[in-house]
Amino acid sequence: MSFLHDYVYYIGAFGLVAIGLLIILVKRNLIKLIIGLSILDTGVNMFLISVGYINRGTAPIFSRPGLEPDGMVDPVPQALVLTAIVIGVAILALALALAVRFYKSYGTLDLRKAKELRW
Amino acid sequence: MRATVGLILLAVIGVGVGISLLAIPFGAPKTEIGDYYIENAREDTGATNVVTSVVVGYRAFDTLGEVTVLFVAALGLGAVLATAGGKRGRSGVEPASLILSAGNIFLFPLILLFGAYIFTHGHLTPGGGFQGGAVIASAFLLVYLSSPGKRINESGATLTESVSGLVFVAIGLLGLTYGTHYFLANFLPKGTLNTLFSAGIIPVIYCAIGLKVGSELAGVVDNLMEETE
Repeated sequence: MSFLHDYVYYIGAFGLVAIGLLIILVKRNLIKLIIGLSILDTGVNMFLISVGYINRGTAPIFSRPGLEPDGMVDPVPQALVLTAIVIGVAILALALALAVRFYKSYGTLDLRKAKELRW
Repeated sequence: MRATVGLILLAVIGVGVGISLLAIPFGAPKTEIGDYYIENAREDTGATNVVTSVVVGYRAFDTLGEVTVLFVAALGLGAVLATAGGKRGRSGVEPASLILSAGNIFLFPLILLFGAYIFTHGHLTPGGGFQGGAVIASAFLLVYLSSPGKRINESGATLTESVSGLVFVAIGLLGLTYGTHYFLANFLPKGTLNTLFSAGIIPVIYCAIGLKVGSELAGVVDNLMEETE
């Protein structure tokens, strides 16, 4: 029980990563691939945030004068994730644009039906 | 076949990750640099939000790189979707309902104001340029959803984006001349903690990032909403 309590965030984060990876490996519809990429991205962000968590920690913001530096969570992973989310949105938009072009030239979103892409 | 290979691969990755994660206990302090930032960020940068002082203070050069990544992604999206005949209108789109179009009139300025609040107070409260920029872009998305005929002023968006990007780089270069003589040095006075005009260059850079991200994401929305045949 305490194992689950200690690792529930890691398990959740890597559960998302695993789901995203499985979608990318198995599915052949481009939109589903992009959804998988987005889920994978979310899982990685969640993992970074949970690595930075400190038990009973507060947000690293000195919004009131009385706050002490002890017991604040690690700000570095939060700073990394902050930008990673925006980059993730940009990557998502770029992938969707490529999917639009793919649909225009092949008339389908299914990777199997695009003959020239067989490997 | 594909699914089996995928599941085997996932199992291998899962076992590897699980073994390495057992060595990282959840909820324990891990990095010394994090403690250093929490202890010294207020004196070093003057910002009360330690995450902000990491993003635009200690690691500002890294943030410049990330802004560049976002810019390249937006540029690539425009290049990928560009058509030979120029941009089409969005005439075929069904008009939005009365609730959406009437709500947009009231909500659009308020969302813009909220986005500006988030990026001007990035050094004091949770938030900052990236989040404020995303909020501003969502206001433009609402316009696109509610009134099919309207489009953003594209040259205005490009101008805002270029000027704010230049402001970021120019502030960094000014840091070479004034203050402690390194790129993106905090050469402005730090002011009193927990006031709006504090933390030197951090609010200025965050305003530039907010405008840049907002106009870039609005341009992305514009490109994706474009009517296709």
